Amino acid sequence: MTIALDVNRIRADFPILAEKIRNKPLVYLDNAASCQKPQAVIDSIVHLYSHDYANVHRGVHTLSVRSTDKFEGARAKVKDFINAASEKEIIFVRGATEAINLVAQSYGRTHIQAGDEILITAMEHHSNIVPWQILCQQTGAILKVAPINLQGELIYDEFEKLISDKTRLVSVVHMSNALGTINPVKRIVAAAHAKGIPVLLDGAQAIPHMAVDVQDLDCDFYVFSGHKLYAPSGIGVLYGKQALLEAMPPYQGGGDMIRKVTFEETEYNVLPYKFEAGTPNIADVVGLGAAIDYLNAIGMNNIAAYEAELLDYATTKARQIKGLRIIGEAEHKGAILAFVLDRIHPHDIGTMLDSLGIAVRAGHHCAMPVMDVFKIPATARASFAMYNTKEEIDVLMKGIESLIEVFG
Amino acid sequence: MFDDLRDLYQEVIFDHNRNPRNFRVMESPDRKVEGFNPLCGDRLTLYLKMDGDTITDASFQGSGCAISTASVSLMTEIVKGKTEQEAEDLFKKFHEMTTGKDEQMNLEAVGKLAVLAGVREYPARVKCATLAWHTLDAALKNEQKSISTE
Repeated sequence: MTIALDVNRIRADFPILAEKIRNKPLVYLDNAASCQKPQAVIDSIVHLYSHDYANVHRGVHTLSVRSTDKFEGARAKVKDFINAASEKEIIFVRGATEAINLVAQSYGRTHIQAGDEILITAMEHHSNIVPWQILCQQTGAILKVAPINLQGELIYDEFEKLISDKTRLVSVVHMSNALGTINPVKRIVAAAHAKGIPVLLDGAQAIPHMAVDVQDLDCDFYVFSGHKLYAPSGIGVLYGKQALLEAMPPYQGGGDMIRKVTFEETEYNVLPYKFEAGTPNIADVVGLGAAIDYLNAIGMNNIAAYEAELLDYATTKARQIKGLRIIGEAEHKGAILAFVLDRIHPHDIGTMLDSLGIAVRAGHHCAMPVMDVFKIPATARASFAMYNTKEEIDVLMKGIESLIEVFG
Repeated sequence: MFDDLRDLYQEVIFDHNRNPRNFRVMESPDRKVEGFNPLCGDRLTLYLKMDGDTITDASFQGSGCAISTASVSLMTEIVKGKTEQEAEDLFKKFHEMTTGKDEQMNLEAVGKLAVLAGVREYPARVKCATLAWHTLDAALKNEQKSISTE
């Protein structure tokens, strides 16, 4: 199969990939934490601040109109990118974490009561655990956790059994940051909907690796961060079905989210502005729009196919290394290779690989409960992006073999 | 291949990582404190036997990286026979060495702990080396709760 993706051309678009780290070519394999930015995204921000910048939705002057057009243009791009039904369903937030907190505090506090249950899985990132724990403390609701097996897959039957008459919300990660597991989200949504329960999907990891169609998934909320999608940090998206968002109270109060204010009462603005209090992160929203243009030109399906090849290659190579154990071997998996080495701590792996110019993450990946399942304190994680190559994977594997030798 | 790391990963560190000293649960310790580094998930339990204000025995259990394992292993060796005050003074010097506040410092003052001086070039790893000592500090102050590097 030929892949319609020219990795050398893509690499040339990312200036940071030419950096030398400790006098060696950078091998950037920490994309699940945050990925690097193409020149087009960097340029979009420089261009905005150089030519088009003013506050949005405020002024009649030319720059305010230009800035607003770019800002709202990016919203339209996001809407198309995830195939939402309307731009009203696209709320700009700081990132996936803020999006989940928004749903927990706005939807949660008005729809979830003492004794109600919120269902998550054992492979969630802390950002899809802690906001619900806070909500549970506030309301007396109960957090239920569906277990995973040692391949790192959701035990679906157990998950389904945990959907009860008391379940008011299901919140599940689309793709696990610690394991790479891609969950059967359509099946999960259908099972929850059969009992009238809304579903939030945490798409922070999934979004850069595959085409996402929120109407096809039929999820009620979908959240993601820009910085994992080749866009700037500090910007993210909450998608919500319009009817749900309409029924939710504002998350924060301030400017832009109001229609009319007196000291007696305030009339809130319409969607999506009801949830966007204060001057938004204008430039990074524009950067997100540029990232989406860039990705559309390559094609998400091409990216998914190329990354699947990378993961296959890395997995095959990793299995040949004695003393290496892959953590997360789900059948359906995204481009993440988490591993541990016999008697070598992930932090030592991280420091040693760094000395070779290789950036991997070492730690619990903000998913301590996942580490508990595997009875390990931490893993080393190589996470791949569309700009990585098989040659880089060879450098990684050679580095791992060398450090095993050094540790003896 | 790892020439740049020679200052950080000295042979003594590999040795203590492979064969940590005083790596055992202590029967009826006088002090027992847990140390935790939330950044990496490292955990250790430090046990002390005291005679008045003198540390007569020290041991530990837990899992960590080579730097943190070597650090706690070396520490349990060096503090045996020291008074609380002597141990606290050593902690202070060790802390200065690893955080690099005094680049001219006399490494002889910390004895064989000097092998850990290399961490000051690696800010992300300083906590690996100091976890043991923060835990000891808590034990000497008789704080029974678990302590954290954060």
